[in-house]
Amino acid sequence: MSSADARTAVGSARTRIEGPLKLTGAARYSMDNLPPGTLYAVLVGATVASGSVVTIDVAEAKAVAGVVSVLTGEDLPPLGPVLEFPGAPVKKPMEGDQIHFEGQAVAIVLAETLEAAEEARPLVSVAYAAEPVVLPGAGERQFLGAPDGDGTVWWPYGQPFARGDSAAALESAPVRFAASYVQPSRHHNPIETSGTLASWDGDRLTLWDSIQASMLLPPMFASVFGIDPADVHVIAPFTGGGFGCKGFWMHQLLAVAAAKAVGRPVKLHLRRGDQYNATGFQPLMTQRVELGADAEGHLQVYRHRVANITGMVETYLEAATEVKALYECPVIDTAQEIERVTVGMPSPMRCPNEGPGLWALESAINELAHEVGIDPLELRLRNYAEKDPLTGRPWSSKKLREAYAEGAELFGWHGRPRGGRRDGNWLIGTGMASAVGGTMRMPGTARVRLRSDGSVLIETDVQDIGTGLQTLLTQIAADEIGVPIDNIDVAWGDSALPTTGPIYGSSTMHTGSAVALACRELRRELAALSSLADPIEAVRAAGVEEVVGERTSQLPGGVEVDHDGGSTGFSMRTFGASFVEVAVDPMLGLVRLRRAVGSYSVGRIINPKTARSQMLGSFAWGWGKATMEASELDPTTARWLSKDLAGVHIPVNADIPGDITINFVDEYDHHASPIGAKGIGEFGSVGIDAAVAEAVFDAVGVRIRELPITPKRLLDALA
Amino acid sequence: MSRDTQIREQPKTHEVRIRVNGEERVTEVEARTSLLDWLREAIGLTGTKKGCNEGACGSCTVLVDGRRMNACMILVVQCEGSAVTTVEGLAGPDGELHPVQRAFSACDAYQCGYCTPGQLISAVACIEEGHTGSEEEVREWMSGNLCRCSAYPQITAAVMMAAEELGR
Ligand code: FES
Ligand code: FES
Repeated sequence: MSSADARTAVGSARTRIEGPLKLTGAARYSMDNLPPGTLYAVLVGATVASGSVVTIDVAEAKAVAGVVSVLTGEDLPPLGPVLEFPGAPVKKPMEGDQIHFEGQAVAIVLAETLEAAEEARPLVSVAYAAEPVVLPGAGERQFLGAPDGDGTVWWPYGQPFARGDSAAALESAPVRFAASYVQPSRHHNPIETSGTLASWDGDRLTLWDSIQASMLLPPMFASVFGIDPADVHVIAPFTGGGFGCKGFWMHQLLAVAAAKAVGRPVKLHLRRGDQYNATGFQPLMTQRVELGADAEGHLQVYRHRVANITGMVETYLEAATEVKALYECPVIDTAQEIERVTVGMPSPMRCPNEGPGLWALESAINELAHEVGIDPLELRLRNYAEKDPLTGRPWSSKKLREAYAEGAELFGWHGRPRGGRRDGNWLIGTGMASAVGGTMRMPGTARVRLRSDGSVLIETDVQDIGTGLQTLLTQIAADEIGVPIDNIDVAWGDSALPTTGPIYGSSTMHTGSAVALACRELRRELAALSSLADPIEAVRAAGVEEVVGERTSQLPGGVEVDHDGGSTGFSMRTFGASFVEVAVDPMLGLVRLRRAVGSYSVGRIINPKTARSQMLGSFAWGWGKATMEASELDPTTARWLSKDLAGVHIPVNADIPGDITINFVDEYDHHASPIGAKGIGEFGSVGIDAAVAEAVFDAVGVRIRELPITPKRLLDALA
Repeated sequence: MSRDTQIREQPKTHEVRIRVNGEERVTEVEARTSLLDWLREAIGLTGTKKGCNEGACGSCTVLVDGRRMNACMILVVQCEGSAVTTVEGLAGPDGELHPVQRAFSACDAYQCGYCTPGQLISAVACIEEGHTGSEEEVREWMSGNLCRCSAYPQITAAVMMAAEELGR
């Protein structure tokens, strides 16, 4: 096994290194731990969505055998400031008597067994003074201005943007199209609900947590409990799906506070129903898109208005207007509002911003193509943005034209049969849409050790949410150092390791880059010790135990985060296209996915096997959003109607056919990261809804502009 | 408002004989204890996962006397004399992976891995039941196991691959 052979590790379809742990049940998720003396916690949530708590009677619950304590706000230790994190709530839990949303925690039951805690939970008797709820459509609307003006916009996304006079341009455009698009609230529904196990030893805190961003917790709990961040130890190697809902939320704080109050470890595994009010959701949104074009379909003006619901006290902006860089267009005018209603805080969900935004924009583009009378793909090519239409900057890398061409070829787009062809009871239709994604970059940190026995250890505090990240890190290190990949191991999921960025959607960029840089440092160290070319021979010849490299992948200007290229001088985004074929039963209103192609320009692919899985999973999310997912609020109580996986529909195996082709354009983005890669994980889910709606139109001739495309909506439209 | 705040009695326990992954056990459990909670919290077999605790997700799937069941929906006291197989019991005694486990690895039929123990057990049963005649049939008979990472096409491929290896 020569080291030269190993240089092809990046780009090869490696099998996941953590696979054996996941396949044998040995992978330890947060709730698989049970330190001695642990108490089981169950939250008691408000049954009204608006009002105040009058009294809480815990006597009967406390009388249940095995119940150790029932904590209300008064029983918690004093809490210091809650830090403000992007997309995370700030209002302290169980403080004051006001209720702002259903399920808001009012008490915590702690018991020796889970059964006793569950028995006691409904016996906690809470009297409320209910007040009228505020439902979508009736809430106060707030226009959101520049970031940080009022502290409500936490990122530069979703700000108003205006170039040119959109009213005049719409007035004079030869072809005009305008429509409104609606998408419902939806929940993340990871199969693992969130869980926190907290254990105090004096002023030292150990946490086993179901989280995508463990770096948030030491500073948070240091602030809230007045301790040293270095004394907060977070153990989180495996997280059972996140999709945006496993950052910082108040149940984590409550578990820690409860453990401190009773002086024993506390294990809080959110019940499935509790998850619906505890960790956010993608908010209900209404969008209006107005387009003006010339007779050949060249865009002259694009106006986009967006409103999303948010909580009464917690603010979340779903920045759907961030799709405005997709097409070349002289006049652009976008703005967003929030609407305050009595629900909990929404949060980012696979895929935020462009996911909602493209449902509207790409649907409108498909409808415009129909109006102009040209092929939807041709319309997109006529409006292709050769450089960033907002800033005029060159793209760091963009191969969308190739992605269109390869996708169209794989799908057979140009030779596709006319829509509405019959197959038994089914009518067949096809549709397509583009995808564009923002690039949010953060620094990452990793340490790499090459030992004299030839083994390599990568150390970094990433969590495994299923992207295959650890495997990718070994591939990067194998090529950078020049050692056989099987020599490389990864230590992860423990805050004692180097702190790195969050595991949302672009973790390969920050931590993969950090590993590459750490390996390069290691090679420099090694070169100073020995002139031998083979790194393993070199470390042996140097007579040292190990050579270590540790590096942080800094962003230009040393900033903590940059967006869409930051100060690089380039505009940085991901691109792609989806093509779908659906079958519609016009008698029953059923829609089925027959086959699909996703074709992407997303930088360098480190591991095509895990990348394909990411995109297939994303595709299924897109299908779920298009045809089945919706979380409905009860129209009188503002409580979520279904808080379980039986009443909320998400795709099952039978919904997703095998004939989905994932294609990556060969690409290397030199500017995005030292490894040529960009973030891909959430991106495959965007635009699918618009492609599906177009395919439904192609099949049966009706436009559905409100998701999901349910049998009822279809039958109503066809009636 | 007068409430009876007498200490509620500690529930009675019952002796149950149950074989788990080939190991005979005699246990004292409350009648209300689910097989899932008992496996995870009492005997430390945490491979079996809790996704909903109400029979909707399949992440707790185990074999009870060879049939796939949601462990959250069964009480331990119902398992008197039964043999239970969990994900920890799939590999051979020497640690050699079961053909279904190997196929899941080869096909990348999982991402976060949380639904995977249930998928694996369900797949073993699906093959044993003879529901692997076509991809469509597999998709239908594996639809009781939700995967939010949506590894469905790969799961279907893995079940087909393992079925072939097992001669089904
Ligand atoms: S945990 Fe048993 S079916 Fe969901
Ligand atoms: S692998 Fe994550 S839920 Fe199936």
